[in-house]
Amino acid sequence: MDDGREKMRKWVLIIVMHLLAVLAWQAWITLGKVEPYIMPAPLETFATLLEFNEYQWVHNTMITSASVFGGFWLAVVVGVGLAVLFSWSRWLNDALMPLIVSLNMIPKVALGPIFIVWFSYGLGPNILIAFSICFLPILITTARGLGEVEPELIDLVRTLRASRWQIFTKIQLPGALPYIFSGMKVAVVLAVAGAIVGEFIASEEGLGYLMMQVQVTLDTAGMFMAVLMITAVGVCLYSIVLLLERLLVVSDARME
Amino acid sequence: MNSVTSFIQLDSVRKVYRGQQEEFLAVSDVTFDVEVGELVCMVGPSGCGKTTVLKILAGLHSHEDGTVRIGSQSDSFDPARDIGMVFQQPLLLKWRRVIENVVLPAEILGLNMYEAKERARHLLDMVGLSGFAQSYPYELSGGMQQRAAIARALVHDPKLILMDEPFGALDALTREKMNLELLRIWSESGKTIVFVTHGIQEAVFLGSRVVVLTAGPARMADNFLVDLPYPRGLDIKTQEAFGGYTRRIYKLLGMH
Repeated sequence: MDDGREKMRKWVLIIVMHLLAVLAWQAWITLGKVEPYIMPAPLETFATLLEFNEYQWVHNTMITSASVFGGFWLAVVVGVGLAVLFSWSRWLNDALMPLIVSLNMIPKVALGPIFIVWFSYGLGPNILIAFSICFLPILITTARGLGEVEPELIDLVRTLRASRWQIFTKIQLPGALPYIFSGMKVAVVLAVAGAIVGEFIASEEGLGYLMMQVQVTLDTAGMFMAVLMITAVGVCLYSIVLLLERLLVVSDARME
Repeated sequence: MNSVTSFIQLDSVRKVYRGQQEEFLAVSDVTFDVEVGELVCMVGPSGCGKTTVLKILAGLHSHEDGTVRIGSQSDSFDPARDIGMVFQQPLLLKWRRVIENVVLPAEILGLNMYEAKERARHLLDMVGLSGFAQSYPYELSGGMQQRAAIARALVHDPKLILMDEPFGALDALTREKMNLELLRIWSESGKTIVFVTHGIQEAVFLGSRVVVLTAGPARMADNFLVDLPYPRGLDIKTQEAFGGYTRRIYKLLGMH
C-alpha cells in the first residue's frame, strides 16, 4: 500500500511539474509581452497541431521516429554484437578498439554531406548518422559489463567444467545487462540528435526538415511544436528502454 | 601412514608463480592426507599458500613438484562433478532467485533439473533458508547469502567441499553461528571438507584435523588431529585441550 502511495506521489509530482513549466512559459509570454516570432506562447504552439495539411505532423513524426528508432536499434545490435566479439577475442579487441575510438572522434555531423553523396537523400543516411553517433557508448558499456565478472565466480564454474558458451549465457551476458541498459539510455539522446541533424542537411521530410522549412517564414510556433514532437519521440524511445530494463534487469542490479 | 585408503593425498607439493623477473614460491613441501568424511582446516597467515593449495585441489592451479591424488579405490572421484566450492564472497548471481542460484552447478553439469530443484529445496531447508527460495540475493543478509552459497556447493552432491575463508567477510557473531551451522551441515551431509581460514580458533573449533602453513617462505609447519568430540558446542572453547591446540598454532606462527 505504502509502495503504491509513493508511486502515486511520484507521478503526481511529474505531471504537476510539467504543467507548471507550461504555465510559467505562458505567463512569461503574456506578462513580458514577448513578440510571437521571437517566442510563441504554448497555446499558439499547440494550435499549429490543428493545421494538419501545412505541417504534415503525422507523416513527419513517423519519418523522424523511423530514423531515431532505426539508428538506435541498429546501434544496439551492432554495439552489443561487437562487444561480445571483442570479449571472445582479445586479439580483435586490441586490434579494433583503438581504431573505433579514433573513428568516434570524427564529428558525425560532418559526415552528413558525405552520406548524401554516397546514399543520396532520405531515411537511409539519417539512420546511419543516428547510428554512428550513438553506437559507441553502447559498445563501450557492454564491453565493460562483459568484462566485469568476479574471477572467483569463473573459478567456481571452471571446477564444474563449464563451457565458454555456458559462462557467456549464464554469467557474462546477464551480468552485462545493467551496463547495456545504461549505455542504451545515453544512446537514446544521441540517436535523436543524430537523426535531426541528418534531417537538417540530408532530407526532404521529417521534423528536422520541417523546422528548416518553416524557419524561412519565421514561423516560430511551428518550429517550437516540431521541437516538442522531436522530444516526444525521444521520450517514447526512452520509455521503451526503461520498460525493457524493468522487465529484464532485477531492481537491485539496475544502474541509475 | 595409511596412505592406500586416504581419500586425498598431497605429497611434497610445490608451486612457484613466475612473474616477469622474479619467481615467487607460493607453496612448498605440503604433505598431508585427508580421509573420507574428514573436516580438515588449513590455517595460516596471508601469503602462506593455503588458498593456492585449495586451488590445486580444485584443479584450478597446476603444481611443479610432488603429487596430488584425490579418490581411492573405495571412493572414486570425478574432478568435474565431485567438487563444491565456497568462497569468502557468496558470489550469487543477483539476477537469479535463491533457488535458481543453488541449482546453477546442476545446470552446468546438465543434470536432471527437476531432481536438482527438489534437492535444492531440501538443501535450503538444511541450511535454514526454507522460506527464501524465491527471494533475490539482495533481500538476504550476508550470512544468509553464504548459507545459500553452501547449499549451491552441495547441490550436485559432490564428494569434496572446498571452502576458502567462507565466513571471513561476516561479523564475529554471525561467524560463530555459521561455524555451528557448518558443523551441523557437515555431520548431516557426511561430506569431506577442506576449509581454509586464518582464524586459529575457528580452525581448532571446526577441524577434525588442522594443517598449519607458515609464510615467508611458504611451507607446511604442522598437521595434527584435533581430539575433541563432536558434536561441538561453543563451550569447548573454554576447555584446556582447546587452549592447548590454539597455543600450539600460535607458537608455530611465532605469536606466543
